[in-house]
Amino acid sequence: MHPAFSVIFLTTLIGAGQGLFLALYTGQLYSLANLLPVQSDHFYSLGSLAALALLIGGLVASIFHLGRPERAWRAATQWRTSWLSREVIVLPAAMGLIFFYGLFHYLGWTDPLFVISQTLPVDITLIIGALGTLATFLLFLCTAMIYASLRFIKAWHSPLTVANFLFLGVASGFMLAAAFSAYLGINLVAFYGTWAVIATLLGAITRGISLYRNTRFRCKVDLKSAIGVHHSDLHQKAQGFMGGSFNTREFFHGKSDGFLRAVRYGFLLMVFVLPVVLIVLAYVLESARLPMVAFAIQYLGLVLERYHFFTEAKHPQNLYYQSMA
Amino acid sequence: MTQLALVIDLNVCVGCHACVTSCKEWNTSGWAGPMTDQRAYDEDPTGTFFNRVQTYEAGVFPHTETYHFPKSCLHCEDPPCVPVCPTGASYKREDNGVVLVDYDKCIGCKYCSWACPYGAREIDEKQRVMKKCTLCIDRITDMTLPESQRKPACVLACPTNARLFGDVHDPNSVVSVAIREEGGYPLQPEWGTKPANHYLPRRKTRIQIHEDELVRADNPLKKEQLPSLPEGGETLDDVAW
Ligand code: SF4
Ligand code: SF4
Repeated sequence: MHPAFSVIFLTTLIGAGQGLFLALYTGQLYSLANLLPVQSDHFYSLGSLAALALLIGGLVASIFHLGRPERAWRAATQWRTSWLSREVIVLPAAMGLIFFYGLFHYLGWTDPLFVISQTLPVDITLIIGALGTLATFLLFLCTAMIYASLRFIKAWHSPLTVANFLFLGVASGFMLAAAFSAYLGINLVAFYGTWAVIATLLGAITRGISLYRNTRFRCKVDLKSAIGVHHSDLHQKAQGFMGGSFNTREFFHGKSDGFLRAVRYGFLLMVFVLPVVLIVLAYVLESARLPMVAFAIQYLGLVLERYHFFTEAKHPQNLYYQSMA
Repeated sequence: MTQLALVIDLNVCVGCHACVTSCKEWNTSGWAGPMTDQRAYDEDPTGTFFNRVQTYEAGVFPHTETYHFPKSCLHCEDPPCVPVCPTGASYKREDNGVVLVDYDKCIGCKYCSWACPYGAREIDEKQRVMKKCTLCIDRITDMTLPESQRKPACVLACPTNARLFGDVHDPNSVVSVAIREEGGYPLQPEWGTKPANHYLPRRKTRIQIHEDELVRADNPLKKEQLPSLPEGGETLDDVAW
């Protein structure tokens, strides 16, 4: 498939935003359980603002993918059958919940509404945060299922796609949370950094498996089945046009194997290796800059990763556009 | 239920592109708006078409067989392009099974084209919506036309009658008979999309005739070949013969 930058930025930006929100809420839960020092509301509201900004950035990027963005509201109507429609509903829902999560922290509405078992004080942010967590996970599912549900595109049609979107989004979000804490001088870098490394390693496993899987399968159909002529020596002589069409632009990446190999090694290095090394170094050196560098490198790596994700997909329609004699 | 469809006979298609041009002519002048082209008379021309004729070759020259292969939306009975559409712009008509796009609802997200394994959908770069073969829905449902004219433009244009049109759910329709009796087949049946359009294969009618079927060695009517009676009258052997 032709990699569309609008979709690459959409998926990577919202992934990082969702991950950041999950990081904030995880931090709140840990401090509730007295495992971490309690943070100021300022930290949560500022963090939510950053997460929201990333989601809005993704939304803006997605608009460039549409031919008719002015009608985009219609895309919320077919949630019964379309994962794309479900994403269109869940994305604003998650944005709204993150907004209110940040707003209530900003307003300091953190007095407990009630106390469970005399030990667990529940305030409004805890409830909104739980709903936001649910929405965030649903959003990961919807985004990934847009690709994983296309059964003709075997490279995507796998639970690995969902796992990759989830782990890589969470990894970049926790990495950002570590960078954010380092920036604010808050002592959470080690906590977020550890979780970022764990998510990155999980992502390395699932993405590694999917990369391996995608190099060694064959499409279920071939040209014989595509045109129904069962001859062992069959080739195309004409595509029906000489100047290209939507079919030759949308479904081919047109990049050389060497280029794609460079992209592959590039993203493996930038998503999985460098950020882990940098965050460990940051811990050892107690550096405030290195976590930010780690996040920046991982995010750029994820852009490459998504680019590669598109080029991996081989669409069966390409059988009809093999040569032009 | 009715399922309208085309049956395309690869045995007689000569690859003249008459269906392509008549399709474009009819559908670009219709109520649904033009099918726009880009750089139509310049270098690297491109544009929107519902129907393309491709050419394939089997074998190695000079022992080759050429296949002209018209390709358009197959109006699948279980169309994977429809449920993925987030807006409901893509739909399958209940009454006749034609798969259509509502150009006023489509947001041009291209998701349906990703979900079609046949590459049957093309985006219109100018109108920025998805387009595909409509089976000339405005012709075939127009009751003011005489019945002989209520057919897709490509079917009417085809000079070799390689394109048949009808209801594949009616066992007595011309298309059902052709599929049944001439070996009609769907494309990429592995996916279970159940394309309504079918293709008829190359077929050659040859009979094997051996020399001894033309010239009979023991033709009883050839009197002169009968052994002549032995001189001196018949013997017992001759009677047995
Ligand atoms: S051929 Fe493609 S566009 Fe047409 S109905 Fe089937 S899946 Fe949909
Ligand atoms: S391009 Fe149009 S018809 Fe196709 S899925 Fe998107 S909204 Fe539906």
